[in-house]
Amino acid sequence: MQRARVDLWVGLFVALGLLALLFLALKAGNVDSMFKSEGYQIHAEFDNIGGLKAKAPVKSAGVVVGRVESVSFSNESLRAIVSARIDEEFKFPKDSSLSILTAGLLGDQFLGIDPGGDVDNLVDGDRVRITQSAIVLEKVIGQFLYGKMSDSGGN
Amino acid sequence: MIVKTLSSLGHAIIDSIWRLGVASSFIAKVLTRSSIVLRRPQLLVDEIHFAGVLSMVIIVVSGLFVGLVLGLQGYETLKRYGSTGAVGTLVALSLVRELGPVVSALLFASRAGSAITAEIGIMKTTEQLSAMEMMAVDPHARVISPMFWGGFISMPLLAAIFSAFGILGGYLITVVVIGVDGGAFWSQMQASVDFYHDILNGVIKSVVFGFAVSSIAVFEGYSAVPTAEGVSRAVTRTVVTSALAVLALDFVLTAFMFTGGV
Repeated sequence: MQRARVDLWVGLFVALGLLALLFLALKAGNVDSMFKSEGYQIHAEFDNIGGLKAKAPVKSAGVVVGRVESVSFSNESLRAIVSARIDEEFKFPKDSSLSILTAGLLGDQFLGIDPGGDVDNLVDGDRVRITQSAIVLEKVIGQFLYGKMSDSGGN
Repeated sequence: MIVKTLSSLGHAIIDSIWRLGVASSFIAKVLTRSSIVLRRPQLLVDEIHFAGVLSMVIIVVSGLFVGLVLGLQGYETLKRYGSTGAVGTLVALSLVRELGPVVSALLFASRAGSAITAEIGIMKTTEQLSAMEMMAVDPHARVISPMFWGGFISMPLLAAIFSAFGILGGYLITVVVIGVDGGAFWSQMQASVDFYHDILNGVIKSVVFGFAVSSIAVFEGYSAVPTAEGVSRAVTRTVVTSALAVLALDFVLTAFMFTGGV
């Protein structure tokens, strides 16, 4: 009887441990990062990507529709190249535009996709033409200060 | 005077290197005898009960409280930046990456490691180990190997339980009590916790800590001076050495795992 109770407790313990691991994997982590993500890949060139990183979300109308796969630099166009994978279930017209936005004032940056009006949809490997770079806070402040100075200098 | 100081320094260094060598050959000997846990799995089950099941209560309760405190402190800090939804990320990442493996290893060392050392030390003091050898039963295989494997297997499971209960504790205090949005809590957590980079690395850490604490515990027990005082010193050494080893290993592992990442 003692034997059976020890066995039962060890079984419970191991089951609870595995359950906790499963909980961490399913509930705390994003499981889809375990598998090769499905969907189609799109590329775009940006003048400035700010702080955009791989794995940042791609959002349309605030809903996550995909993830940024990689960020690299093109030696030919001297611009940043962003590759993103969009989930298969979401379709966007070919003339959709991409912009780099910030979540909140100091939040992480993500890729926003604004649908266009084309009849054809984006397919795997497509390049998005219309892009809008990240707003770099330093540049905006610099322009503002410069404007202020020229204002006061003119008067 | 100077010669005496220098020679005592040299003696201490040679002594510690000698101890390290003895410990390594001892652990190697225990590992080569580990086929017994496959031939007689009941021995291993008993040791998992001893090291794992009996440590579960302290692990669950500590995990819950660590999660509660993390949730409260995280909420108080994040409130200033208006991003209280990120408290889920904070709780989950700190638990899965660091606190889960480290704190559960420290608790494991003081709860189970000390007990393992005491048991082996007293068996040695009362000459039970010698008696086994007289009967041609290898104590490395019959006693020490199952104890080592029991601790080694229990540790990652305990760390996972600790992290899971910590996250539940964080959820309890921030979402249920304070009223942070539950959807933001889970979705921000899921968006930033990566399976390979965070969870798997945390599991690797707990496996390494399990190996370190179990080896230290069985070695200190086996090499204890066979007196009452010697066993008590060995238990103290187990807890202190394990804690230092866990913290030092944690730094090394973190430096390898989490720098230059995404």
